[in-house]
Amino acid sequence: MTRRFTPTVVLKDNDVTDETIYTQRRKLLKQMGFLGTGALLSGGANAFGWFSDDEETAVSAPRPLDFKQNTTWGQDETLTPYEKVTQFNNFYEFGTGKEDPAKNAQNFKVDPWTLSIDGMVENPITLGYEELFSKFALEERIYRLRCVEAWSMVIPWTGFQLSHLLAMAKPLSSAKYVAFETLDSPTQMPGIRNAFVGGGLDYPYIEGLRLDEAAHPLTMMAVGVYGKTLPGQNGAPIRLVVPWKYGFKSIKSIVKITLTDKKPPTTWNQLAKQEYGFYANVNPNVDHPRWSQASERRITRGGLFKQTRIPTQLFNGYSEVAPLYANMDLTKQF
Amino acid sequence: MKKLFNRPVRIPAKQRIVTKTLFHFFAVGYLVWLFYAGINDQLGGDPVEALLNATGIMAINLLLFTLALSPLAQRLPCGDLITYRRMSGIYVFVYALMHFLTYIGFELGFDFSLIGSELLKRPYIMVGFTALIILLLLTITSVNKVRRKMGRKWQTLHNFVYLALGLAILHYTWALKTGWQSPVFYWIGAILLVLSRQRILRLLKINS
Repeated sequence: MTRRFTPTVVLKDNDVTDETIYTQRRKLLKQMGFLGTGALLSGGANAFGWFSDDEETAVSAPRPLDFKQNTTWGQDETLTPYEKVTQFNNFYEFGTGKEDPAKNAQNFKVDPWTLSIDGMVENPITLGYEELFSKFALEERIYRLRCVEAWSMVIPWTGFQLSHLLAMAKPLSSAKYVAFETLDSPTQMPGIRNAFVGGGLDYPYIEGLRLDEAAHPLTMMAVGVYGKTLPGQNGAPIRLVVPWKYGFKSIKSIVKITLTDKKPPTTWNQLAKQEYGFYANVNPNVDHPRWSQASERRITRGGLFKQTRIPTQLFNGYSEVAPLYANMDLTKQF
Repeated sequence: MKKLFNRPVRIPAKQRIVTKTLFHFFAVGYLVWLFYAGINDQLGGDPVEALLNATGIMAINLLLFTLALSPLAQRLPCGDLITYRRMSGIYVFVYALMHFLTYIGFELGFDFSLIGSELLKRPYIMVGFTALIILLLLTITSVNKVRRKMGRKWQTLHNFVYLALGLAILHYTWALKTGWQSPVFYWIGAILLVLSRQRILRLLKINS
């Protein structure tokens, strides 16, 4: 049933950035920042995320997981390299800059962890850290991730179907929605401590799905990426992955899942209703008020001249979910 | 207004040449390095976003610096600081132009129908583009010959730099997903700068 970890991409030695070069790059960036901004006496240089002090501290290394591969999706896609998946993140609890979470989540403690499933269920469940990895057989799936900011990645997630967890909890027939909540830890998360770091969002971060969306076989609880446990910035120890919705629906570092009969409030929707709907299905025909959603920039390997802008597909190309929205006007319920 | 120095501080010609050369070196060098790193995929996860942020923020930083020269020249006093203003102002335009080119080229992939519709439909893009046009006009008219020809109109046109500053910071604020971020500090900086201009304050008083 389970099998040793075999990588889904074969990376050759020359694909790996030498660590010394990688750290030099950061150092060089920082020095350039100080020199450049210092010489020009320019104000507000502190706002420049990269140039603030970013001494690297020891990382608790992600450990390999046991899983089987599910080759149903994404086999023909070019994967986004691991270093980009783990260095370019939106996780405002750890800062609003894309490189902030990788920096600020290095010492994020996820063990012990408690994930509770409660509300309208016959069988409330509490999972400890180890159980997140052992309660269900893990599988790897390659999914596209489309951010609401019009960029996308292709990522091999390791985890299990949320439907398995829901089946175990046995939702009551009155349950209609599933609400999710991220850890709320001001001591560990600088963005919660300081509004300027966290963009002034209302924490804890909350998300929600309709029960049939949550139970759809595509919906996944991920505990790993690229065959290893999730780094903090990617939502350790457990996160949601809903590949046909914009990335912000895929809530990270979940501590609580609640079944309910009311449509749950969601963080970005509360901040700007007209910009972020409850459904947030990937849809090229419904623009974000401030930018087009008709196409997206796929982030893979390569510099400025290797950028690819590709058409965005309805439901991010996962047309199997279309029946969930059969009688809905997706331009109104976006 | 208390002045820091009793007598105007002079910057000798030699030092002026050295500091200007250094300024050119860093302003061009930083830009070249940014693009070099971006082309070689050494700007983090997404080189396009990194480049957009870096050029945009540097344009605003340089603009604030440029506009701070004149009040500094008055208050120190050190009139020679004004000789740096045109150079610094032109780099504001250069960085803003690179920011725009990065957006249409690397972000939108030179898809001209998309560029056209984004420019027309998205308020925050229009606001940024308007600031760029103002900076373009200021740059074109910064040649001495043109300046002389324009006479009094030159100053009127160049007063629009304050509008460009407001539009640039508005563009930055609007581009972000939440309001409570670094633009707050930029707004404070811009307001302090405007308050430091006696001429503007006088104008406002006359108008009110």
